[in-house]
Amino acid sequence: MRKSTVFSLFTLGNAILLALLLLYGRYGSGEAGAVQEASRNLVRELQLTDLCLFTEARYTRHPSMADLHSAFQDHPMALEHFPSGSMVSPPRFRRGRP
Amino acid sequence: MNRFVERHRSILDFALSSLLRRKGKNISLWVVYTLIVFLIAAIVFYTHALKREAAMILQGAPDIVVQKMVAGRQDLVPVGYVGKIAAIRGVGAVRPRLWGYYYDAVTGANYTLMAPDGSLPGPGTADIGSGVARTLRVVEGDFLPIRAVDGVPTLFQVRKVLPYASELATSDLILLSEDDLRALFAFPRGFATDLAVTVENPAERATVAAKIAAQFPESRPILNSEILRTYDSIFDWRGGMMVVMLGVAVFSFVIFAWDKATGLSAEERREIGILKSVGWETGDVLLLKFWEGAAISLAAFLCGVILAYVQVFFFSASLFEPALKGWAVLYPRFKLVPDVDPYQLAVLFFLTVVPYTVATIIPSWRAATVDPDAAMRS
Repeated sequence: MRKSTVFSLFTLGNAILLALLLLYGRYGSGEAGAVQEASRNLVRELQLTDLCLFTEARYTRHPSMADLHSAFQDHPMALEHFPSGSMVSPPRFRRGRP
Repeated sequence: MNRFVERHRSILDFALSSLLRRKGKNISLWVVYTLIVFLIAAIVFYTHALKREAAMILQGAPDIVVQKMVAGRQDLVPVGYVGKIAAIRGVGAVRPRLWGYYYDAVTGANYTLMAPDGSLPGPGTADIGSGVARTLRVVEGDFLPIRAVDGVPTLFQVRKVLPYASELATSDLILLSEDDLRALFAFPRGFATDLAVTVENPAERATVAAKIAAQFPESRPILNSEILRTYDSIFDWRGGMMVVMLGVAVFSFVIFAWDKATGLSAEERREIGILKSVGWETGDVLLLKFWEGAAISLAAFLCGVILAYVQVFFFSASLFEPALKGWAVLYPRFKLVPDVDPYQLAVLFFLTVVPYTVATIIPSWRAATVDPDAAMRS
């Protein structure tokens, strides 16, 4: 078989796989929609305000509820606002933690 | 038409043979290229899907949350505010929210304790999130020890573990009855952590918030749209870690493309010279180099994007977990709903495939325009 044919088949195969994955994301995740609906109802019922993504500190657990001037207030993964942030090390009892 | 296709196929055949002659170099190039595309695509897919998930789930968040501020810090809100805020025109309901944080010294995890409105867990019982159950290794019916404000551990029987599917919102939650929560934290009666306000007409939320702020100058109303905006900015490409990771990936790609663009090896130069001396036109040489660049970049793009999709949506972005977990002991396990923005995919294509292909052609064009004899001798 010619090399160009092998390459074309490889590219076409990948393109079809990618298209199928994208279509799966759009149409094949109907069950996920029901899960999201259930989560939304639970959030409404419990009156929750934030996603439980970072549980390290109050301003990362509930970024939208945090004090206006607490560190990382813009968002938890933001670079520290204040120059002192690069010099202050974590509390001693936390240093040994992985 | 057939002649046109056949010409391109023949040149592609030649380009692939030429790439295979330098197998080691080109395969390593393709692997590095695929890894860079994979990293950029995975970050883009992950942040987009998380933003979408946040927007979907947090639609159920309160319309307005009212906090009380004292000396720039959040303080408990008197429940007496409820009636006054409920009297503002457009307000549907005002519900006090009672919640706080609990640091478990044994596991080192932080939990969110909450007394939900209504009659969820009875006295002495608790509903817990899946993350809490996993961290403490407890199941329904087990007992959960929580140290009260006076240091005395109190046992709560686990009534229910909240559904795994809602882990992204409830992983670290411990739901208790109001009396239990007040007793644990010595929470004064007549106060709440904050107030959740429901506004009948979504268009009036900002007006109602302004009225609350005017009536209670020490309060801080937080709108639902601000909550959603917070998550938009967390996972925005400009946001902290994202810009660092994307920056590193894009920078390595620029170095990679630059290296390619700045010159050809002596062997490649000689090859161009020979091709020109046997009658190839400059256009044919450029077409050959275009197909060499396109073959590597197209294969790397498709493989990188597919791998990124599988990693983010089928393996829950496990590669990013250490970065997102930070020092947290409790981390939710969740599967993101696959959602890829075609616009982002197109941008990714034009940022990776096009510059690389162009970068391959430019030095070849320079080599192809010189005298074949000089090219072979150089």
